[in-house]
Amino acid sequence: MTVAQGHSIRTIIVDDEDLARQVLREFLSAHSEIEIVAECANGFEAVKSVAERKPDLVFLDIQMPKLDGFEVLELIGPGPAVIFVTAYDTFAIRAFEVHAVDYLLKPIGPPRFEAALERAKERLSGKLPSPALPAIELAAAARPPQQYVDRIPVRDGASVFIIPVAKLDYAEAQDDYVALASQGKKHLKQQTISSLEASLDPSRFLRIHRSYIVNLERVSKIEPYGKDSHVAVLSTGTQLPVSRAGHARLRAFLDR
Amino acid sequence: MHPILAQLRRLVFYLLGWIPLAGMLAYLLAVPGGLTWWQAGAVAVPLCLLYAFVCLAAWYPCLATPLDRSSVPRFLFTHLVGAVAASALWLLMARTLVRMLAASRGFRGIDSRLSEDLPLLFGTGVLLYLLAVGFHYVLLAVEASRQAEARVMQASLLARDAELRALKAQVNPHFLFNSLNSISALTASDPPKAREMCVLLGDFLRRTLGLGEKPSIPLSEEMSLVHAFLAVEKIRYGDRLRMEEAIDPAALDAEVPPLLLQPLVENAVVHGVANLVEGGWIRLGVQRRDGLLEIAIENQFDPEAPRRRRNGVGLVNVRQRLEARYPGHASFAATAAGDRFRVAITLPVESDAARVLARQVPQEKTL
Repeated sequence: MTVAQGHSIRTIIVDDEDLARQVLREFLSAHSEIEIVAECANGFEAVKSVAERKPDLVFLDIQMPKLDGFEVLELIGPGPAVIFVTAYDTFAIRAFEVHAVDYLLKPIGPPRFEAALERAKERLSGKLPSPALPAIELAAAARPPQQYVDRIPVRDGASVFIIPVAKLDYAEAQDDYVALASQGKKHLKQQTISSLEASLDPSRFLRIHRSYIVNLERVSKIEPYGKDSHVAVLSTGTQLPVSRAGHARLRAFLDR
Repeated sequence: MHPILAQLRRLVFYLLGWIPLAGMLAYLLAVPGGLTWWQAGAVAVPLCLLYAFVCLAAWYPCLATPLDRSSVPRFLFTHLVGAVAASALWLLMARTLVRMLAASRGFRGIDSRLSEDLPLLFGTGVLLYLLAVGFHYVLLAVEASRQAEARVMQASLLARDAELRALKAQVNPHFLFNSLNSISALTASDPPKAREMCVLLGDFLRRTLGLGEKPSIPLSEEMSLVHAFLAVEKIRYGDRLRMEEAIDPAALDAEVPPLLLQPLVENAVVHGVANLVEGGWIRLGVQRRDGLLEIAIENQFDPEAPRRRRNGVGLVNVRQRLEARYPGHASFAATAAGDRFRVAITLPVESDAARVLARQVPQEKTL
């Protein structure tokens, strides 16, 4: 996204602490080109505001109610330039891996703030490359190894659902999306099935088909289907196709 | 591993201990036994050397029949059987040795003379074995007391370690960073408030710094620390942070380990209130009853909140410190039900004597 000269930079501030937002507001007030279009106090509000107001720049706290900063970034996609603002220095590497423009540590000093804003402007004017990968893939890449997600946030327009992985029955690939089946409903999420597979605990979820990942706790039986293929019957009654490779993996798991 | 064989030095001392025994045996063989001194020595020295090793085997029956936990018949049976078996082996060795010696010049007829001394020799073997049994029990007792001492040392080191970690973990740096950021915000918008927050933060830090040297403080002092902490957090979280207290006035002068409550309150703020959009309450109740302090701290939390860093470090630390300090006399239970998280603690109200003891612990360690 590029910003033409003379246009304002639409900015959203996300932090659950009023005083922390106040500091940013004060620093930003010296820049006439900045237009603060929203302030949000939690992750849900942030996702909603970004979807509705399409900002150019987001200042994003990491530890907040409802959704953390990384989950917010995962849901809002690669549109706006993001500057993380946090008291924790332990997230810095992850933040740059998800192509945040910058990472500001609280307490924030004006020189550091100005440098971050300058970087954001460069990103917005196209001088700094934008992330080539969708944010979700970047977020997956930045997850610490051997640490699997325990919940999956899903966005539908401006609203957000949280699916705890224990309540996910199965996932089905649909072009650039995955459909997540949970409690009788399907939620679409822009993500590849492979990156979803990588984020789930392999002792609980198994890729049984090119297009399907199943929650192993839900599998009640495996039945032959046709000449040499199978279907997995879930406790909900749903039948999912099982590929030959998937069947071998499923057998290996069930025989353990 | 046998404690004597484990170290060469111990083995050497053990064998040196056998020299007088070999001397006595030689005397027995020479004077009542009628051998020449030369013959008696040639029999007694190798025999005692071999028997010294046989008697080391007494370690295992001693280990299997500890003095304080074995019945008398079992004790007698085990060691008498051991003694007879060892002595039979001793006789066998004596006869083999004598038969070998009888072939050489100067020892002729030694075998026939020795067969008259067999009862004497057998009795000596039994007595020597029983002596070894006694010796091994002494060894066991020494070993046990050394182990007990090591355990006490270990326990007090662990306790000290937990204390130090609690103190080190005390001022959570992120609490400090966030508070400084709040002060920074207030310097522009509300300078008097910024100054107030500086003073509150200073007050809290000063109180935590002084705690390092104290093994225990009155509950009232711990409550002041909690209030200083909450005063700072109240500025950050505003109306989102709601604290309710029910403190038994009789509990206020009870002595408690420092930093018992503050980490629990901090935990309730960081993992409870901070994750709730509308904030939430924290309820702290303390009762003094039958020589016990009963503490309950309850807070609202969002069960679906994103995971946080430092999860529960404060709780684990408080639990470990209680276990180390009041082994078997304190309880700690953390439970989550619905949107409520509750920590319940009981600990004995320390008597003055116990307090004096607790003060001496760190000094002993520096010796």
